[in-house]
Amino acid sequence: MKPEFNDLRRLAADVRINTIRSLEKFGSGHIGGTMSIADILSVLYGRVLRYKADDPNWEDRDRFVMSKGHCGPAQYAVLALSGFFPKDWLNTLNRGGTRLPSHCDNNKTPGIDASTGSLGQGVSVACGFAQGAVLKGKKHITYALLGDGELQEGQVWEAVQFAVAQKLDRLVMLVDDNGKQLDGPTISGEISLVEKFSSFGCEVYTVNGHDVAEMAPLLEKIRDGAGGGKPVVVILKTTKGGGCIFSEEKELNHHMPVSAQDATRAVNEIERRLAAGLLPGGESQ
Amino acid sequence: MSELTKILDQRVEDKVAMRDAYCDSLIELAEKDKRILAIEVDVANSMGTNRFASKFPSQSIACGIQEANALSMASGLSKEGFIPFFHAFGIFATRRVFDQAFLSCGYAKAPVKIIGGDAGVTASANGGTHMPLEDMALMRSIPDAIVIEPADTVTIRALLPQIAQADVVCYVRSCRKQVIRIYDDSAQFKIGKANILREGKDASIFACGIMVHEALTAAETLEKEGISVRVVDFFTVKPLDNEMVHDSAAKTGAIVTAENHSVTGALGSAVAEYLSENIPTPLERIGVRDSYGEVGDVPYLMKRFDLTADDIVKSVKKAIARKK
Repeated sequence: MKPEFNDLRRLAADVRINTIRSLEKFGSGHIGGTMSIADILSVLYGRVLRYKADDPNWEDRDRFVMSKGHCGPAQYAVLALSGFFPKDWLNTLNRGGTRLPSHCDNNKTPGIDASTGSLGQGVSVACGFAQGAVLKGKKHITYALLGDGELQEGQVWEAVQFAVAQKLDRLVMLVDDNGKQLDGPTISGEISLVEKFSSFGCEVYTVNGHDVAEMAPLLEKIRDGAGGGKPVVVILKTTKGGGCIFSEEKELNHHMPVSAQDATRAVNEIERRLAAGLLPGGESQ
Repeated sequence: MSELTKILDQRVEDKVAMRDAYCDSLIELAEKDKRILAIEVDVANSMGTNRFASKFPSQSIACGIQEANALSMASGLSKEGFIPFFHAFGIFATRRVFDQAFLSCGYAKAPVKIIGGDAGVTASANGGTHMPLEDMALMRSIPDAIVIEPADTVTIRALLPQIAQADVVCYVRSCRKQVIRIYDDSAQFKIGKANILREGKDASIFACGIMVHEALTAAETLEKEGISVRVVDFFTVKPLDNEMVHDSAAKTGAIVTAENHSVTGALGSAVAEYLSENIPTPLERIGVRDSYGEVGDVPYLMKRFDLTADDIVKSVKKAIARKK
């Protein structure tokens, strides 16, 4: 493993651990999709995004939209770890009166830019952020994280057409291509995501969504080279539930009960793999 | 409460179309405020906002035929500090994008302004697929949203600056073409406050949109028969002017609502809800009853759905007869 990315690996492990612990406190949650995005969140908040944790609405910050809104808990973990709010808030997930609801709410949580939960709408809101930056002559970047199942929503493709037509080249759509949706394998047909997004006119990259050493340089390159006239898409090849042993063992792992025993076993395994230099899913690098 | 708002003695068709009054007002606002944006979904030529696009090209965003993305995208622009006006035919501005209006705009607290054209039967030759008879009911169910149906060009001009300032989602249901002008230029309007256009003691007619003219016509007919009727323009359907409902119920003892919309969920429902909870009063509702729209010219459709002044006259008599 390249040691210069160890901080991101540690952060990704902590995102998983804190997410699992917060879901354990509640008893259940969207373990599959939160685990598959832990590494990209670590790369974004650990290295790529420009933000001020003590000024979450800073005008020049990069925007981030969790379009797959049910994965709020993973973002809450990375926001807490990045200093947006106290870590003990994570223990309140989904409790009455909490500031951390299962699906992201821009009126409740510092660092959440868009309210999401109805799939397909977040990426459109991100288009609005990116269009707003153009109108204001600002150079920040808007990121939207979408699920592969979410791409079945027609609104996503309306948004992609809009982004291409408006040349929103500071919009980066990240697709968590974990291959599964709630009911089973993701329904997608023969044409690959690369072909789909390329044919619509986007600049498309594919990376191992669990390998921070591959993602961080690419996302830094995209950020620093933004402005090529095309919206950017990064397909993140991931494993649903990846990095959390009890969800890796289960085929249908979109939403699962999380016991104290499950959580402790998963946390121990995360630490073991991190120490042994293993990526989520058990592949060694 | 009983102050009359000044209306014209002779009510005739306006020379200016509703869409042109809307576009003129939007241009006036944009001249002073660069945050005003027009969000277009390929009906700028129909909705009359093409002039806005020529005048402020950078403040007009042409999305094409994709209402869902356009409305959620407008929510993002709103969160960035802009004041987006999203306009489309009433059905496409509401029914087609209800979840986007509810969540991306309402729930997210992104006060996008949504303008629906072709109110009710004025969709006319576009027929049932294009006839919004439930748009206000849908939008009224969005928490905190403002729902407005102006009766004429004077109203829309007066209200648009208030709508732009509002910090909640606004739905304005308007017509595209010329309608009968009701108001004198001096008339005053405030969101949430209904205007009394005519005073009376035997019953009250609450109307909105093109039904205001029908209500006034009905009141004139009833006057000849010795029945004195208060006529109120409820151009704000939400928040309802409860004080006006209460005052009219207390003073006249019988109410008729008249709307170019389904009787379910909008003005008639809102008034029924208030009256039944606070001051039970005989109420008759004029509106479309559990029907889909269809093609036909406006006079035909108003007869077809029992929306004429004559229908209002009958309902007023019925309501009065129910007084104890």
